[in-house]
Amino acid sequence: MAEHHEGEIDKVSGRTTTGHEWDGIQELNTPLPRWWILTFYACIIWSIGYWIVYPSWPLVQGYLPGLLHSSSRADVAVELANLDAVRGGKMKALATTPLADIEKDPALLAMARAKGKVVFGDNCAPCHGSGAAGAKGFPNLNDDDWLWGGSLEQIMQTIQYGARSGNDEGHQGQMLAFGQSGTLTKEQIVTVANYVRSLSGLSTRPGVDLAAGKTIFEENCVACHGDNAKGNQELGAPNLTDKIWLYGSDEATIIETVTNGRAGVMPAWTGRLDLATIKAMAVYVHSLGGGK
Amino acid sequence: MNKPLLPTDLQPDDGIQLYEAQKKIYPQSVSGTFRRIKWYLMAFCLGVYYLLPFVRWNRGLGAPDQAVLIDLPNSRFYFFFIELWPQEIYYFTGLLIVAAVTLFLMNSLGGRVWCGYLCPQTVWTDLFFTVERMIEGDRRERMKKAAEGFTLQRGAELVLKHSIWLLIAWWTGGAWVLYFSDAPTLMKELVTFQAPMIAYIWIGILTCTTYLLAGFMREQVCVYMCPWPRIQAALTDEWALNVTYKYDRGETRTSLKKAAQLRARGETVGDCVDCNQCVAVCPTGIDIRDGAQLDCIQCGLCIDACDSVMKKVGRETRLIGYDNDINIHRRMEGKPEIFKPVRSRTLVYSALILGIGAIMTYALLTRSLLDVNVLHDRNPLAVRLSDGSIRNGYTMRFLNKRGFDRVVAVDVEGPPNAVVHIIGTDSITPDRPMIILGRDATTELRVLVTSNTEADLPKSMPVTFHVTDIGLGEVTSTKDVFVTPETR
Repeated sequence: MAEHHEGEIDKVSGRTTTGHEWDGIQELNTPLPRWWILTFYACIIWSIGYWIVYPSWPLVQGYLPGLLHSSSRADVAVELANLDAVRGGKMKALATTPLADIEKDPALLAMARAKGKVVFGDNCAPCHGSGAAGAKGFPNLNDDDWLWGGSLEQIMQTIQYGARSGNDEGHQGQMLAFGQSGTLTKEQIVTVANYVRSLSGLSTRPGVDLAAGKTIFEENCVACHGDNAKGNQELGAPNLTDKIWLYGSDEATIIETVTNGRAGVMPAWTGRLDLATIKAMAVYVHSLGGGK
Repeated sequence: MNKPLLPTDLQPDDGIQLYEAQKKIYPQSVSGTFRRIKWYLMAFCLGVYYLLPFVRWNRGLGAPDQAVLIDLPNSRFYFFFIELWPQEIYYFTGLLIVAAVTLFLMNSLGGRVWCGYLCPQTVWTDLFFTVERMIEGDRRERMKKAAEGFTLQRGAELVLKHSIWLLIAWWTGGAWVLYFSDAPTLMKELVTFQAPMIAYIWIGILTCTTYLLAGFMREQVCVYMCPWPRIQAALTDEWALNVTYKYDRGETRTSLKKAAQLRARGETVGDCVDCNQCVAVCPTGIDIRDGAQLDCIQCGLCIDACDSVMKKVGRETRLIGYDNDINIHRRMEGKPEIFKPVRSRTLVYSALILGIGAIMTYALLTRSLLDVNVLHDRNPLAVRLSDGSIRNGYTMRFLNKRGFDRVVAVDVEGPPNAVVHIIGTDSITPDRPMIILGRDATTELRVLVTSNTEADLPKSMPVTFHVTDIGLGEVTSTKDVFVTPETR
């Protein structure tokens, strides 16, 4: 049982006890070291100062700001502004340098490629893939086949205003739906599809009259794809003689294309991204290897 | 004598303390062979440390001309004719291994030679002792002054001593930062307060540590802080030479006069006259006659002290000397002393040092001064162009370790009709791009390899890039793969 005897002296150690005793076991009076106690009190005093100077109490709306009005959010904003200031020079140089000259300046090219890669990842990768390899219906930007032109200016133009994007300056033009409109019959479509396959050296279905296909092609397709089927970048009409097919080169896909038409959309990025950023992106895309 | 203690006999401070409060040690000055060796080594070590940053080494225009320079901003390490890049850090690993094995070899031959003669703690403490002796006098004088009260002259002495200590400590920190920047320039900047803050901070840190460790902690560092005595104890074998009190000659200890009396009575008396000089001179305050111990840094000063006494009393010197227990026992049995510096462990250590040293030297002499790394594009792995040819993209990184700009040409070998193109370069020769690599710099470029072939290529085939220095004719090659895309 606990008992209390004030100020007793322990026989064994010769020290005073706290006077507390439990079942005959006494507690020695061993206070914390003075330096420890003093440090503890100093911490309490320090915390009061801290409490006054820095934000502390939560209130119903917001918090007590403290004398210094310190805010980590404001600090981050300042640091971001500083970063902008640090990069300001190069971003400005990017905005003012003519597009064609950027690739001649190794430092600016490196900057544009790095910046472009990041912006591409944020904005373009959902459709074109993180490495710009594209997908069915979304062009591969690494190759040398361009619907709307692969020069720096043309790439930039496409990024800025898009294609069928609703922007007045964007690229217009579409593949007509020859089957839906009834312009061509199913048989005619099969015939012309096989003729188109033959243009790029692909095999054709046995028994298909390629000469008839050629006639159908000349009557319906040359307006956009050209006499030699080399395409027309003004209209976004693809070259049908090369090895690259946006939607696929098999007969069924070509039949589907001729029947239903195609009208993929590239959004316009002007207004969403600033000029320097779009320039960086154009340089990046151009440097992927397919740029003309 | 070993009667158990009753609880009532126990006093709170009876227990063995884990940490013994520092006993002030007043080592006496001494002269002799080992003291002389210590002076020379101290002068050498301090000389190297303080003066090395001022040694110049011509590396050509634009390159730093400091012989030893750790250039952190540019990630370069310069050591006379050697210039190391960050990726060559393994040379330091090799150096550390050689240093460690050298320490083992020294230990298996002569005990803690490192501790006694070469360790910075020993060297600077010795320097601080010297200053202390010059100002406050030798052992007896210092003990007397410490026991006496405070006087004005005593105060002046202390101020002078600590000022000189601080000056040495400050200059130790100052010399340290000189290894990280051009020494004369940094000196000027330091004096005019133009130097970067980090330099002042490091000088401050090293001033404090030198002042505290060499002025106050002294032997405490060796006894309580340093791991080497513990490791060393595990590395020592019975053949290693250590500073040893030859008890076969020394026991029993007694004064000259008493020894004569005892000898007359035919009793055995040792050479030790129990003058305690070996204890008085010991910088860690131990008695070597108690045998080998952790606190002993084996500086050999007790050997000098004992030798001088032995000479005075006309007895044979080296009652304390570098010896081992085996020889003590052999002498006691009347056998001749033997020393075995060539043992399996010393042979292994020497072989390791020579082997690693040879590998490092070979690697250093044959290392390429033009490194080329190539990284294949991961997405897409390969691209088919409109004419059916296949192109692979790579990121190539060139490291020009030479001190001048170089023009290199890139050729590619492997895929049929392979053509190489580098983004951002205009080729003078078509299909063989040439690029300028800045001196002592890395250049990262995007490289495209196109293969135009009618034949079906395998899914993946090796491709070799040859980078040829146009001026020197040096060729560096690197390999990767060339991938064929799946047809869509």
